[in-house]
Amino acid sequence: MRFEPTESQDAIRRLARRFAQEHVAPAAAENDRLARFPTELVREAGELGLLAVNVPAEYGGSEAGAVSTALAMIELSAADCAVAVTVGVTNMVAETIARFGSEAQKRHYLPRLAAGEHGPGAFALSEPHAGSDPAALLARAEHRGDHWLLNGAKQWITSGDRASVFVVWARTEAGAGTRGISAFLVEGGTSGVTVGRHEEKMGLRASTTVSLAFEDCAIPADALLGQAGDGFRIAMMALDGGRINIGAQATGTIRAALEASVRYAKDRKTFGVPIAEHQAIRFMLADMRTELDATELLTFRAAALKEAGAAFGREASMAKLFGSEAAQRAVSKAVQIHGGYGYTSEFPVERYFRDARVQTIYEGTSEIQRLVIARDLLRG
Amino acid sequence: MDVQLTEEQRQVRELCREFADGELRPNARKWDEEHHFPREAVAKLAELGLLGVAVPPEWGGAGMDHVSYAIAMEEISRGCAGTGVIMSVNNSLYCDPVLRYGSDEQKKDFLAPFARGEKLGCFALTEPMSGSDAAEMQTTAVRRGNEYVLNGTKNFITNGPQADVALVFTMTDRAKAHRGITAFLVPSNTKGFSRGKPDDKVGIRASSSCSLFFEDCVLPERCRLGAEGEGFKVAMSTLDGGRIGIAAQALGIARAAFEAARDYSKDRKAFGKPIAQFQAIQFMLADMATELDAARLLVWRAAALQDEGKRFSAEAAMAKLYASEMSERVASKAIQVHGGYGYIKEYDVERHWRDSRITEIYEGTSEIQRLVISAALLKD
Repeated sequence: MRFEPTESQDAIRRLARRFAQEHVAPAAAENDRLARFPTELVREAGELGLLAVNVPAEYGGSEAGAVSTALAMIELSAADCAVAVTVGVTNMVAETIARFGSEAQKRHYLPRLAAGEHGPGAFALSEPHAGSDPAALLARAEHRGDHWLLNGAKQWITSGDRASVFVVWARTEAGAGTRGISAFLVEGGTSGVTVGRHEEKMGLRASTTVSLAFEDCAIPADALLGQAGDGFRIAMMALDGGRINIGAQATGTIRAALEASVRYAKDRKTFGVPIAEHQAIRFMLADMRTELDATELLTFRAAALKEAGAAFGREASMAKLFGSEAAQRAVSKAVQIHGGYGYTSEFPVERYFRDARVQTIYEGTSEIQRLVIARDLLRG
Repeated sequence: MDVQLTEEQRQVRELCREFADGELRPNARKWDEEHHFPREAVAKLAELGLLGVAVPPEWGGAGMDHVSYAIAMEEISRGCAGTGVIMSVNNSLYCDPVLRYGSDEQKKDFLAPFARGEKLGCFALTEPMSGSDAAEMQTTAVRRGNEYVLNGTKNFITNGPQADVALVFTMTDRAKAHRGITAFLVPSNTKGFSRGKPDDKVGIRASSSCSLFFEDCVLPERCRLGAEGEGFKVAMSTLDGGRIGIAAQALGIARAAFEAARDYSKDRKAFGKPIAQFQAIQFMLADMATELDAARLLVWRAAALQDEGKRFSAEAAMAKLYASEMSERVASKAIQVHGGYGYIKEYDVERHWRDSRITEIYEGTSEIQRLVISAALLKD
């Protein structure tokens, strides 16, 4: 049992940290203010091997494992969660293709995703009326000999306006429940895909979130990912890994909130002393630090299990559930510690506050995570 | 013990609710996005007597009790939280101290037009380096014959950009610490008075706040409110009433969020049924409703004590502490009930959450409220 990263994992962490501190963090406030997608930063992330961390090297990935992926995600998240989610979803898409794709699919899509020049990856599962209940999705794919025709609408698609590749879930067999859903790889720029409105979000404003309309969108027969009917299983397995990402995001968020709070608390004086001397503030910082460590450890546990090839679904859900809710508490404390200054754009904590709120919602709400965990522990 | 509303209180509630539904709710989102001070709405509030609710009619007010004020604040804030704080500052933090400490001559010039809503007031206590620790203020007023010369800076002053008069707290005798603080009514056309640009805030964006700068501002004695050295008492006693106003604002925000969540949960389906049929959601709504009612009773208790002329500092602090923290919890749950839709600006709940956050900070942080409450209950 070890709780420290290995040498090579630490190398990835240092690489990601330098990139995050020197390039990502300085641009974060303005990208948020302008709701500006960080195209350059995504490309640089690609050059550094951060877009396909857990993908085999023969396809352009860094082949560094799930723990390194988590370490990289933590560093990016401490700097800017909007960049982190864009990079995180790209990694998730890349891993999904690496795991379930044919040789041809892997050779075609993975190097491009890893390089970051053609755009990030997008994960198109949710629909306007199917969020927590993806089995209720209405998008359908009809087999027409040498191609498929996709029809339907997707919602909440991160990077959906500029993805180099989408994984799209659609029903291929009516009346077959979750076994009638399949996954497809759709190249960015395919005709028949219309990008709908850009959601105006409270936070993560530098990340794009759009709806997509598929209207008789023709994709080649070999766009099917895995076998027909595998889609639901593929989605659930992808989300297990994605949940580790959110645990990592929460870790980075709490760390950034805590660092800002410690700095401010040592500086700001009330009643003759730095506010770090007041019990109330000390207790807040202590709680933030404890929850930071707990979140990090839960995240590493899930990542380590995944890397070891063991079952990790429940552990990933726990990391996501606990981390995202701990992040809410941490960013709120950070605002409180900053007092009035925490409520204006002069300090970064209000951005952490806005950015963190979605963590208990996407990639499976806290309610869904609780169902996943309870179902697992009540089994057998 | 009687918790029923009087006829007058019922009427105030009806009047304000109708106004909020007709004038505020339809515009609140736009005002938030544009950071727009709603002049026309504030003028209409004035016509309804809502800028001087508890000021006697002889001084231009509506002459109502403080429970009515709390009711009005809740209804207005439910429509637009920013409009709520504009109203609260003018009522509790400006009109009330002038009413209680002003001479008749001062009340004629500095109270009546403000209670009638022809002019707007603000309360300038906070400085860049002194928020919670008000007695550390650096703004000074030096006596010169029968004039005073003011120098200093105040910040985060709500209604600052629009105010015709600022109630400014200054140090006139530092050797006496908090007993050396004196309050002044400073007209905005005083030579040497200037204002900074409005703060860029996370929420309550229909209201504006800014820094106030005083550079050798000369004030005649008749601008002094209360006696020399009485300023701290003026400020603290004023904040007692202000806390009821903010607690009521928090009630309005929370109620708006709760109602939105309740209605959405009946509509939104997942796993074949409205999400209102899931225990998880039912329990959330139950907790929200219970906390809202508990907070309201705390607010009304404090207001009733104020109406009876009794001490109400601890009760006001409890109301403010509980209602503000409740409003953040309720608004956060409301977002969670809305899932992804709770994170976008098309729905109001993200705004309610952003608005709620400041209620735990201004007019005395939750930490200060806890100090006030514990001091009262630990007293022999």
